[in-house]
Amino acid sequence: MHYLLSVIDDSVNPGPADEPGAVEAFNDQLKKDGYWVFAGGLERLEASTVVDARSGETTITDGPFAETKEFLAGFWVIEAPDLDVALRLAEGGSKACHRKIEVRPFDGLA
Amino acid sequence: MSDVHEAIARVHREEWARVVATIARRFGDLDVAEDAAAEAFATAVEHWPVHGVPPNPGGWLTTTARNKALDRVRREVRRDAKEEAAQVLSDQLSGPAEPVGAIDDDRLRMLFTCAHPALAMEARVALTLRMVGGLTVAEIAHAFLVQETTMAQRITRAKAKIKAAGIPYRVPDAADLPARVAGVLAVLYLVFNEGYLPTGGHSDPVRADLTGEAVRLTRLARQLLPDDGEVTGLLALMLLIEARRPARVSASGELVTLDQQDRGAWDPALVAEGHRLVRERLASGEAPGRYQVLAAINAVHTDARDVRDTDWSQVVALYDQLVRLDPSPVVVLNRSVALAELDGPQVALAQVDAVGEQLDGYHAFHVARADLLRRLGRSADARASYDRAIALAGNSAEAAYLTRRRDELGR
Repeated sequence: MHYLLSVIDDSVNPGPADEPGAVEAFNDQLKKDGYWVFAGGLERLEASTVVDARSGETTITDGPFAETKEFLAGFWVIEAPDLDVALRLAEGGSKACHRKIEVRPFDGLA
Repeated sequence: MSDVHEAIARVHREEWARVVATIARRFGDLDVAEDAAAEAFATAVEHWPVHGVPPNPGGWLTTTARNKALDRVRREVRRDAKEEAAQVLSDQLSGPAEPVGAIDDDRLRMLFTCAHPALAMEARVALTLRMVGGLTVAEIAHAFLVQETTMAQRITRAKAKIKAAGIPYRVPDAADLPARVAGVLAVLYLVFNEGYLPTGGHSDPVRADLTGEAVRLTRLARQLLPDDGEVTGLLALMLLIEARRPARVSASGELVTLDQQDRGAWDPALVAEGHRLVRERLASGEAPGRYQVLAAINAVHTDARDVRDTDWSQVVALYDQLVRLDPSPVVVLNRSVALAELDGPQVALAQVDAVGEQLDGYHAFHVARADLLRRLGRSADARASYDRAIALAGNSAEAAYLTRRRDELGR
């Protein structure tokens, strides 16, 4: 199964910054163990722009879609046999990046 | 009830979990397993009174359930796939069952899956009672005072999450095992406590059906995990509390506290079994976990023929041990109650007040405080604490007891 591990940044209680090299080491281990699919870190929330074309007319807005204390800071896509394995990997990821991780299965991957 | 119906009820108690668990592993789907097992038992209710109880009822039920599950899977596969694929699948599924050893019992997988930490606690409880306990959705809904449709939805959602999130149907890895066993025990203890001190204004002051079910499931857990000291500890704890149930509520429906109970009404067989298990754990020489220490505390209480014979220094020493394992305010509170018997109410009150801020919303805190204030002759303060305790008490028998104690206070 494929899982999305979302890195949740908590601006109220951000915790310490990444230890240099910890995320890289975690990524290397994911690749070595065959769980790695894809990963990325995101730019700061201020760099985001919202586009809405639902009404037929396109609006472009500066900033995130909602005022929020928690936001997505990055993610891993992993392949794991079941949730227990995914949870253990998320535990390692959380320790490496000092953020909490939301684990969610993919409904499908293109 | 006829002999056949009694036999069906007994087989249901003994075999439900095994039938559901076996089908769940074979078909990889809890929903299919639950429905197939329920259909198999319904078939037994029709067939057995006419044709007699088969020589191996568990085997008969498993085979019947497997055929029901196969029918359903074939129907579903035919609906959205080719006939050929359906045939391959059903050939795979209808092959002979592989033998399983005692340690590889499917019921153990089922316990761990139902109590998985990725499920909400209320879903874990409901799922465990349904899939392992074999209670009907209506029975579980009644036990937790929710509408049957709400409970059905809760169970359906939990099964859907297990499927979608890939919660595995297996015994956890060694690294995860202690935490996951603790999760299973937390579910069983919650069921027991909801039976022992029902909340939410339930009409029954004690729910023997729930305490009995929790004991039965914990016996099963001990059978499946015989080497885990905490499983044995929890069973001993439940037995020693359950033993006192006959003395716990007065004829007028009031809660009777431990010091006031008629000890002759305690169940001697349950006391003896609980003591035997506690001794077994002591003899193991392994460091005890919190359920084992709690069981030992209850063993000291049930060892005293008269409340005046209680070895309070032993009780306090065990609470000291418990505080080291679990320094939560509730444990500190319970230790203080025992300390009052050893060092007096004044010393205990200081300890109780030290956790007052954290426990202000907890009825047992105000119960303990009210009792200590009463013993110190501080009637006005005691009255205020009884008022808080009564307002927070969720159990009718306990509220009745507290009201009487309050009204007996001098001026």
